[in-house]
Amino acid sequence: MSSPSNEMAGGGKAGLSRLRLDAGTLTPIVAAIVLATYAALRMRWDWLGDYYPLLIRGLGMTVLLVAVTASLGMLLAIPIGLVQVVGPKWLALPARAFCTVIRGTPLLLQLWLLYYGLGSLFPQFPWIRDSALWPILRQAWPYAFLGLTLSYAAYEGEVFRGAFKGVPKGQLDAARAYGMSGFLTFRRIWLPQAFRRAMPTLAGETILQLKATPLVATITVIDVYSVAAQVRQQTYLTYEPLLLISAIYIVLAVVITKIFARLSGKSGDNTAFRKS
Amino acid sequence: MIWSPAAASIELLTAGGWGSAMLMGLARSLTIALGAFALGLVIGVAGALGKLSGGAVTRQALDLYTTIVRSVPELVLILIVYFAGADLINGVLTALGQAKIDFNGAFAGIVVLGVVQGAYSTEVIRGAILSIPYGQIEAAHAYGMSSWLTLRRITLPAMLPFALPGLSNLWLIAMKDTALLAVLGFGELTQVTRQAAGTTKAYFTFFIAAGCMYLLATMVSNLLSRRLEAWATKGVAHV
Amino acid sequence: MKKSILALVAGAVLAMAGTAHAEKTRVGFAPEPYPPFWVADANGNWTGWEVEIIDAVCAEAKLDCERVPVAWEGIIPALLGGKIDMIMNSMRINDERRKVIDFSDKYYEVQTMVVAAKSAAVDTTPASMDGKVIGVQVSTGQQAYAEKNFAANASEIRGYSTQDEAYQDLAAGRIDVVIDGVVAMNEFLKSPSGECCESKGALPRDPSTLGEGYGVGLRKDEPEFKAKINEAIAAIRKNGTYDAITKKYFDFDIYGGE
Repeated sequence: MSSPSNEMAGGGKAGLSRLRLDAGTLTPIVAAIVLATYAALRMRWDWLGDYYPLLIRGLGMTVLLVAVTASLGMLLAIPIGLVQVVGPKWLALPARAFCTVIRGTPLLLQLWLLYYGLGSLFPQFPWIRDSALWPILRQAWPYAFLGLTLSYAAYEGEVFRGAFKGVPKGQLDAARAYGMSGFLTFRRIWLPQAFRRAMPTLAGETILQLKATPLVATITVIDVYSVAAQVRQQTYLTYEPLLLISAIYIVLAVVITKIFARLSGKSGDNTAFRKS
Repeated sequence: MIWSPAAASIELLTAGGWGSAMLMGLARSLTIALGAFALGLVIGVAGALGKLSGGAVTRQALDLYTTIVRSVPELVLILIVYFAGADLINGVLTALGQAKIDFNGAFAGIVVLGVVQGAYSTEVIRGAILSIPYGQIEAAHAYGMSSWLTLRRITLPAMLPFALPGLSNLWLIAMKDTALLAVLGFGELTQVTRQAAGTTKAYFTFFIAAGCMYLLATMVSNLLSRRLEAWATKGVAHV
Repeated sequence: MKKSILALVAGAVLAMAGTAHAEKTRVGFAPEPYPPFWVADANGNWTGWEVEIIDAVCAEAKLDCERVPVAWEGIIPALLGGKIDMIMNSMRINDERRKVIDFSDKYYEVQTMVVAAKSAAVDTTPASMDGKVIGVQVSTGQQAYAEKNFAANASEIRGYSTQDEAYQDLAAGRIDVVIDGVVAMNEFLKSPSGECCESKGALPRDPSTLGEGYGVGLRKDEPEFKAKINEAIAAIRKNGTYDAITKKYFDFDIYGGE
């Protein structure tokens, strides 16, 4: 697109960053200022004072959901992807089926199936209530975490399947020629290479995971969307809460992108391109 | 031991039971998905062209559109577009002295999901157009073809094989996103399932049945898109 | 030729979008089972006491009514935004709502009850709610009452999108207490999943949250429409239609006294 122009910077705005001051850069800035002023003056923000603690709590839950389910999901995705490339048929087929089913059905349905479907079993098995797990099974968040983790694992399992398959076979052959055991090859050659191949997609997929989190509000988990819904119901304001959490989600998406950019920078990009 | 619940489930699902209501819900879901996907394609082509050959302002506006839609959850976007979109259009209409329009459920769903699909389509089609060997466009211009003719005869057909994988993925997303409309109360498959499950208390039966229906739709779609990709890449050397 | 195609497409789009508007009165309701007021059959048709009352009121007021499903949590914004013209879905007339919408006269009134597992030592006092998980439907008077009176004692007040889901979790044992109107509660207790539980008493009358009966939700700036609805309600009470419908479902007068 429009790369920073050195000529312009030298030209008349010494000391300023290398921004090209044309319509393309000015318009969004002007638009942002106009919208922000409009929002500040014409919209009602008095509810922020009352709902601030709840918003923080919801935000915390959203961040936790993304971080935990993405991490756990990724850990699950690696074996799921690997076993489809290398593994015995009796493991590969269930893994394939798992990915197909989860990716072929809406997440909302999966969450409801987990929460209300399993919930409808509890009265039929009274011993569940006396078990040690009951305090956990009673609450909604375990189902949210489980549903989101399985979903991420299925989508990333597919990504890793492609990534593992895409590592040039020559590398694995060379490893064997060196006498590396299967596990050592996996740990030192196959996995890091597959990871590097998968990395660009993972940032996008994690943002998709972030966008999936509001669905947990339908099974009574309090995330930031659920708080906004509560504000809407109690104050009858339509736009302000939604605009606020849109801004929050955009910021979170930017943070996730930056984290992954940092991660892929660290993984030793051996190209000549230097990030300025 | 499992036969009686299975038999009871089947009875619940078949005609007289909720099966026909669910099939109608599926039909409604597919209709909305189709409409949204089509709208998304139209927006996508316009957006891609805007990003590639539009002025700086157009590009910035489109960047903003795609960034927002790709960062903000669909559920939030659906609510905003549903209320703001209707308000905007009705505001314009009242300003013009016309009567307000009432958006019925399916129409609102298609518009809302179409706007969301449009942002993703823009990126897919933009990437696909960029993958076309530029020589083809140059040749078209050398022949004196107008922009519109080039677009119609060269660009769009040539970008299709590159766009198909991304677009078929978007179609699957469109189908699954229709479930979100259940949160608004629209009567598509997930909403009907929730209603049926709530009325009969047979939660497992209906959610699994709905899952099977979505899965069937997905698998049929995958088959069709693989056929389509084979047709579109006829004559192109495969990897 | 391009212009006429464009015109055709625009026309088709507007026609598709605008068909419903004409002269119909859109009655908003949440498409969730709430027996005996709202029950869906396998074909997706809604029946129930409230459905019949809606039909009676519309017939009396000579309105061409169309029932529009809107999720409960968005039903008031839908009314305010003009997507529906009235809400007739067991909505309590309370002060909070009166700030944003208007109400017709009430068309029924029942007590609000606390329901819990048979073994639970719960009654209607805040103290008995210590450490309990209360389930309520979001955006309801019951939720407002629970937040106002029980929030200090209860360990959690969980909000559900539908009342039905709250009952489901009560039957599953995930929550300890549900608060709902007595009629719907009795239907739950009569059903197979309701065998777990029993009524623990009626909550006191509280106009600010539990409200003064259930009425039709209307926009604030429509006095003639409100008058029409009020006349229709009064008329069906007077001419016996109300009682005839009520007798089909209940053996008591659900109007609840003047």
